[in-house]
This record gives sequence, C-alpha cells and structure tokens, in this order.
Amino acid sequence: MSVTAPAPRSVSVPVTATAPKAQPQRTAPLSVAIGLLSSAQNAIVPIALVAFSNSGRGYGILAALGIGAAIIVIGSFFSYLRWRRLTYTIGAQDIRVESGVLSRAARSVPYERIQDVSLEQKLLPRLFGLVAVKFETGAGGGDDLSLAYLTEDAGEELRQLIRERRDAQVAEASEARGETPGTVEEPAAETLFAMGPERLFTFGLFEFSLAVFAVLAGLAQYADGFIEIGDAIDLAGSWFSDRGEEVAALGATLQILSALAGLFVVFIVGSATGMIRVFTREWNFLLERTARGFRRRRGLFTRTDVVMPIHRVQGVMIGTRALRYRFGWHNLRFVSLAQDAGSSSHVVAPFARMEEIRPIIAAAGFDLPREDADWHRASKRYRTDSAIVDSSIFILTAIATGTVALLIAPEWLLFAVLIPLVLAAIAAGANMLAWRFQRHALDPSQVIVTKGVLSPRSQIATRLKLHSAEIVQGPVARLRGYATVHLGLAGGELAIPGVPLERAREVRREVLETIAATDFSDLETA
Amino acid sequence: METTAQPAPNASPGEALIGQLGNIVDDDAELTKVHPNYKTALRVHAALTAIPIVVGAMVLEGSLRGQSPLPFGVIIGTVVFLAVLLIVRLPSRRYLARGYQISSDRLRVVRGILWRSDTVVPFGRVQHIDVDQGPLERFFDIATLTLHTAGNHNASVKLPGLGHALATDMREQIRAHIKRESM
Repeated sequence: MSVTAPAPRSVSVPVTATAPKAQPQRTAPLSVAIGLLSSAQNAIVPIALVAFSNSGRGYGILAALGIGAAIIVIGSFFSYLRWRRLTYTIGAQDIRVESGVLSRAARSVPYERIQDVSLEQKLLPRLFGLVAVKFETGAGGGDDLSLAYLTEDAGEELRQLIRERRDAQVAEASEARGETPGTVEEPAAETLFAMGPERLFTFGLFEFSLAVFAVLAGLAQYADGFIEIGDAIDLAGSWFSDRGEEVAALGATLQILSALAGLFVVFIVGSATGMIRVFTREWNFLLERTARGFRRRRGLFTRTDVVMPIHRVQGVMIGTRALRYRFGWHNLRFVSLAQDAGSSSHVVAPFARMEEIRPIIAAAGFDLPREDADWHRASKRYRTDSAIVDSSIFILTAIATGTVALLIAPEWLLFAVLIPLVLAAIAAGANMLAWRFQRHALDPSQVIVTKGVLSPRSQIATRLKLHSAEIVQGPVARLRGYATVHLGLAGGELAIPGVPLERAREVRREVLETIAATDFSDLETA
Repeated sequence: METTAQPAPNASPGEALIGQLGNIVDDDAELTKVHPNYKTALRVHAALTAIPIVVGAMVLEGSLRGQSPLPFGVIIGTVVFLAVLLIVRLPSRRYLARGYQISSDRLRVVRGILWRSDTVVPFGRVQHIDVDQGPLERFFDIATLTLHTAGNHNASVKLPGLGHALATDMREQIRAHIKRESM
C-alpha cells in the first residue's frame, strides 16, 4: 500500500529507459516498411491475374502494374496511418495501447495481470531486426495484447521493464502481507535441454509426414490453368499408349515394380518432408532455466522465444509414439495455466531420452514415477465391463450382418459372422491388455497417471495445484462398485477411470488433505 | 504465512452454521438435504414445460379423431402419464439424490439419479462465488450457489436449491477463506 515503495526500485531500471516512458510512444518506424512489403505481397496475385487474363492485348502488363502500384501505395498509406495512430504508454500501474484509424480503441492491462511477455520474430520482421511483443494475460480466446513491431533492443527492454514493474508490485503486495520479498538477483541461465543438428536428424527420421502430397495436389490444381500440366500428362499417356504392346508384354512384373517405385517415392518424400519440418521448427532448440522460469527458443525462419514461469507449471505430460518408443525416445510438455492448452507451445523437450527428461521435470519440481511406487490399477470388474461393452458393438454387428447374409447370400454367412466376431475378440483382448498398462500412484507430493500399451503416456500433477476432486459413477459402475475420479487441473484434464470405490475415496481424501492445507494465493509464490 | 486452518475470529451467521454441521466432510456421513422448496420449484418448472406439450397432444388427438388407427385417448394418455412422471416422480427423485456437506474448509456436492457425481471443492481453490436466483427461485426464496475454480474440469460447481439466506451465509463463509477474490 505504501506509495514510496516503488521509487527506489525504479532506480534499478536503466536510466536511459526511465525518462521517456511516461508519455505515449510509437512502435518502430520500420514497421511501415513491413506493411509496405506485405501489401506488395498482397499485390502479387491481382497483378498475376490481370496480366494473364489480358495476355492477348498489349495493355495487360501495363494495367497489371498500375493496379499493383495502387494496391501497394494504398496498403502502405494505411499501414503508415496505423503506425501513426498506434501509441503505447507504460504507466505506473498498467500498460495502455491506443489504436485505430477511424474507430479508436484503448486497452489497459494492469501489470499484475500480465502473466508473461513473449517476443516473436517472423521472417520479414527478422530481416529488419524487429520483434512483435506479446503480453499474455491468461484471458480466454486469444484476446491478448500485442505490439508489432518494436526494434529487438526496444522489445527486450520493454520485456525487462514490465517484469520489473510487475515484480515491484508483487513484492509490494507481499510486503503488505508481511512476507519477505523474493530475491531479485538470480544466477545466470542454466541450459536444461538443447538439440543440435545431429539430434534433429534422428528426430526427423521419426517424423514421417505426407502433408506435402496434399500441398502438391493443391498446387497442381491451382497451376493447371497456367502451365498445362494436363497436357504433359496427356503427352506421357500417349507415349505409353504408343508402346502399348511392349508395356502389356512386360505385364505383371512391371506393375509390381512401378508400385514398389511409387511406394519408395512416397517414403522418400514423406521422410524428407518430416525432416524439413523438424529442422525448420526445432532449429537450435534451447531450453533454459532462467530467473523468470523456463525459457524456450527454437525455429529457423520463425524464431520463437517463450518464457514459462515455474509457478505456472501445473503438471507435466510425458508422451511418445509407438515406433520411437522402441528406440527409447519420449517427448515432454508442461501443463500450464495458459489458455492455449492443447497447442504444442508447451513442449519443452520434443525428442529426448528419459534421463534427459528427469532433470527438466526436477527443475519444475516434479519426480519421474518410480517402479516401486504404490501403483494401483483399475478394478477388474471395470476391465471386464469395458471389454464386454467394447466387444458387444462388434457382436451386434455380427448378428446384423449374419441376418442380412442369411436373407440375401447364405453362402457368405460364415464370412459375415466371423469377421465381426474376430474384431470383437480383438476389442476384448485390447481392453484386457490396456488394463495392464493403465495405472496410477499417489506419492507425498504428486499424482501420477500412466496408460498406453504401444506408446505409454504419463501424466504427473502436483497434488498441491489441483483445484477440486470429483467421484463419478454411472449406473453400471454403481452396480459393480467402481468409480472414476476427476481431479481439477488448470489447463488440462486428469482422470483416473474405473478404480474401486474405496480407492477412489482414498485418492480424493488424500488429495484434498494436501489441497486444503494451502490457499490458492500462496501457490503463486510457493 | 498466515494461518488458513483456523476459522476467522469474527463469528458470522455462517460460523454457527458450520458449527452445526460438524467440521469434517466424511464420505459415509449423512448428507444435508437442500431446501424442500427446491422440490416444489422443480415441479413448477416441469409443469410449465409440460403444459404446452399436453396441449399439443390434445390438439393432435382432436384433429386426428376418426382418422387415426389408434383408439381415442392413447396419445393424450401417454403424454399425460409422462408429464405426471416428470412433474411428480422425477423432482422428488432428484431432490433425494441431491445433498451437500460443508465444513470449515471445503464443500461437498452430491447429485444425479443414474449418473452419480460427488464433488469436493476446497475453499482455498475457489476463484469467485456466485449466488444466483432465477424468477422461479426468487418466488420460492431459494438460490443457486456456484463456486468457480481454476481447474478445467469442474470449472464451476453449482449447488441449487439452498435457502437464499443460507446461500449468502455460505458465500460469506467461503469468501472469508479466499485471500484474493481472483488470481
């Protein structure tokens, strides 16, 4: 509450930075250049369209250039206006952004609501040395504040400044509550995980992707009118039909060979795509532990720089895929309070060994589940019931197809009944197997849930950071005495299905004991 | 660190309330029933929903008279039977299925006839609290207490059918446990 408290703190801010901050400022003038370039980008398609549609007459190119120039001039003018009219003010309590050419919008974000500041560089801004500064407030629907673009130095300075302002407020608040302020000086960043080209290459081998074929097909359709791919195909076709007899003579061997060649091409293209995607997305992957939390930088063309404060990490998820699991590779992501749950932005180790994951999650305050932990499985009755439910769908199908076959084509009866029955057996077997791999454990500080036969996944949550506990029973579950426990996890779901009712109650009781001991507002500082 | 385990020293009406209900939430203990008016409110709500359907059935029956293969009264009979089930039987089942327990640091809400759900929310994790009253609820002087948490599951836990005074008492009691109303 004391008004004098922030004054000595602001001294620690670089002197050059403090003086001009009180009045409204503009973003970097070079942003206009980006606006110009992107309007030029927008002009390409209209220019091409006009040029090609009028290609018969001489004015075509001229008209195209005129329209292109008009688009570029208008686009740049508006981007200049936008730049003129956008100002931001770094106040004592909040950051305010006013914008809008015709309509005006003013948004104020109090420092204490800013969860984090991230810097993003797309390809074009990167060439000009500019960054977009994004303020994460935890508001839903991607409604966060963003400033595009500042110079790299200004962006970094702003980030630093806002953090200091925010910390000053937090410290003030905790002093008011009679707590000791957090230490401001922190040791230098410590690298937790990094991926060099060699690791990326291995990673790329497992990232087989066929997305490129969809893109190629789309492009072929788009380009068809211009370069007449159809003609080329016709040409090739006629070449083959001229030699029809020879092709027919080669017969089955050739067909098998061409099929194999096709598969080989698909394999090569798919692998190359995966490789390229991995290299562009994960280039120079670096995860550090800094004073502010976990800082992740990655990307070749679009370099992202994200900081996740440690106290916002609610839980961790260790996943893998069937093939890479055989070679001992896993991925690690954090479950965070942020609204963008489900996106890949919380991946902190996309491709790592277990022994590399251990120190990362240790830094976040978690432990890997141990084999000698107090593991519990779902109720055996739950296993039986879910096997019955899953296979009954196929048994019903068998009855239906059997009846139909009997009426229409009795000679297919065996076939029509046998296939669904085999599927039913597989479904039942899969359930039995899945049950063996689905287990959970409680240790003094965390809840661990693992499942998955071919690619085991683990979820680890801090007991302290759970928000509620619910026991749910359907009619069958009540009859058979098991229940599903849902634990309220911010930014994710955590459920333990089909455990015996007694165990469900025990889990809930234990978890609640831990939760009730600490208030939510103490979690932030804990 | 302030002590969170002890209740606030100033005794509010809610304090007495919690004193009555005991200090622990126990899985086997008897649940507190919600206000009997809740059952009546459910009935009125069901009746208001059912009236247009019954009227519709009467119109249908009347217009089909003589043309329908079904004997007269089958459609009305079925609809009225279902409506009576909905108005008389279901509210009392729902009323019986619903219950709660409140202690010094948590609230337990139980609901559901076929699909039972049994939720416990510790007050230390409550982000903010609503006490809502619809028109019908105002007439019967009951209210719905809603606790909001930061978890994705159970982001808001509703407890309908509390007497309005009790609901506001409970809100005050729970708010005393929240240091900051929002995060």
